[in-house]
Amino acid sequence: MTDATTRRPPDEAAARRAVAAVWRIESAHVVATLMRMSGDFDLAEEMAQEALVEALEQWPRQGVPRNGGAWLTTTAKRRLIDTWRRRERLDERYRALARDLEQQADAPGYDPDRIDDDVLRLVFVACHPVLSREARVALTLRVVGGLTTEEIARAFVVPVATVQQRIVRAKKTLGAAHVPFAVPERDEFAERLGSVLGVLYLIFNEGHTASSGEELLRPELGREALRLARMVAELVPAEPEAHGLVALMEFTAARFPARVTADGTPVLLADQDRSRWDHGAIARGRAALARADATGRGRGAYGLQAAIAECHDVAASVDETDWARIVLLYEALGRIAPSPIVELNRAVAVSMAEGPATALRMVDDLAASGALRTTHLLPSVRGELLARLGRGDEARAEFLDAAARCGNDRERAVLERKAADAVSA
Amino acid sequence: MKYMLIMRADERAVEAYQDMPFDEVIARMGAYNEQLMKAGVMVGGEGLSEADEGFVVDFDGEEPLVTDGPYGEVKELFNGFWILEVSSKEEAAEWAKRCPLGPGSKLEVRRVTGPEDFPADNEWIQKEEGWREELGTK
Repeated sequence: MTDATTRRPPDEAAARRAVAAVWRIESAHVVATLMRMSGDFDLAEEMAQEALVEALEQWPRQGVPRNGGAWLTTTAKRRLIDTWRRRERLDERYRALARDLEQQADAPGYDPDRIDDDVLRLVFVACHPVLSREARVALTLRVVGGLTTEEIARAFVVPVATVQQRIVRAKKTLGAAHVPFAVPERDEFAERLGSVLGVLYLIFNEGHTASSGEELLRPELGREALRLARMVAELVPAEPEAHGLVALMEFTAARFPARVTADGTPVLLADQDRSRWDHGAIARGRAALARADATGRGRGAYGLQAAIAECHDVAASVDETDWARIVLLYEALGRIAPSPIVELNRAVAVSMAEGPATALRMVDDLAASGALRTTHLLPSVRGELLARLGRGDEARAEFLDAAARCGNDRERAVLERKAADAVSA
Repeated sequence: MKYMLIMRADERAVEAYQDMPFDEVIARMGAYNEQLMKAGVMVGGEGLSEADEGFVVDFDGEEPLVTDGPYGEVKELFNGFWILEVSSKEEAAEWAKRCPLGPGSKLEVRRVTGPEDFPADNEWIQKEEGWREELGTK
């Protein structure tokens, strides 16, 4: 690339891409700084967006400034001052705010000593429990990740207007609930961090197995979630679960290259070409898990899931996988984070360690409890176990049941193929 | 997509570094690395020791020729690299511009190839994947 972007007015498209690149790196800093100054999330986000619009107008004509991040923050600050000025007539106190801010408007873009704290506060606000899950996801991607509304809409295959609505509503909710721009107090820290990590994992999973639509993988979304998780782990380095989540994502993403064929058909774990797994990602996953362990606070739900994923990633084949260890890890996971999904996965691990008969009893108990009624997962696993026990007709019925419940077109095709194979077996 | 930022320095840069306190060099690079970590884009990187500790294998002649020390006529020496996972070429450029280097230094920025760049059915490509797996360098 030539350095035209910094020296002379570059062509329009290149300048827009340069704006997007700077925005991606700096947006969280800009919003967080404005949020600290204004104490108003809605306003901070709006001013930051206005600065972005101004950059898109100016940079293509005047060239990209040397310090784009500082330019964006300063511009957003000036917009904030203007907004407060307009409000002066309405409310006295804005006069003082605007004056104070103006005195330091030309100071560096953001305070490097405070920016980490500010970004962490921003993360906690965007993932606040007063917001719906969809709102947390949209807001986090927009204000922390620096994605545009259009990019978020494309990633989740929803109309742009829907994402816009979610964001507007979320900002109103934060205002109505008077959510403070603060890192949570000690007594609620763990729970609030759980909400943050949960949002990131949700984004990752949407990239990992798209819950609807034609494509199984949306790797961009997975990578974005991983980037945000690494960011958060650096902001709270003493929290084992933040590193555990990074490890889990790295271990899972390591298999992305082998998870679908060239035409997008999913490949089952047993059939994946393990030489295509990303061993750099596996190494990073192990490093992240080691950092989690180094905190000396034990493994949480993400750390345990990461350890399970690691067992798969380091095994040469399904047969050579340490299934007994996976069963143990699922038992531990089931105790600290009990859920029907964990139980179902434990059953799969037991079927590999001890055989399908024991596992089928576990799955039947789960079914009898009424759990997992609406997803395709339970009948899919049950079909698998029945097929391995040679009960082809029953297996076929389960696979067809699973296919009927499956929202992803690619996965459904696999289930239908299994149903067909079960009959011929 | 991954990009490699390759640090190249000529004599001017080497001399400038010799004049600078080592602690300061380390601190500035450390701060840059920390920025990359905190942005979640750093996936790897290494620094290289003095070129005269290394050697060159030259393939000009019939037999590969091993010579000690730096590259003779080459004016710029490689002395380290980063690998960044970013969303665009422009983002890689933005990070590269922030690197604390001075006159005489260059960053060469290259996209790291992935399996998608090569025909998957080639026997040698498949073998290479296997080696990378064994070596843990993939």
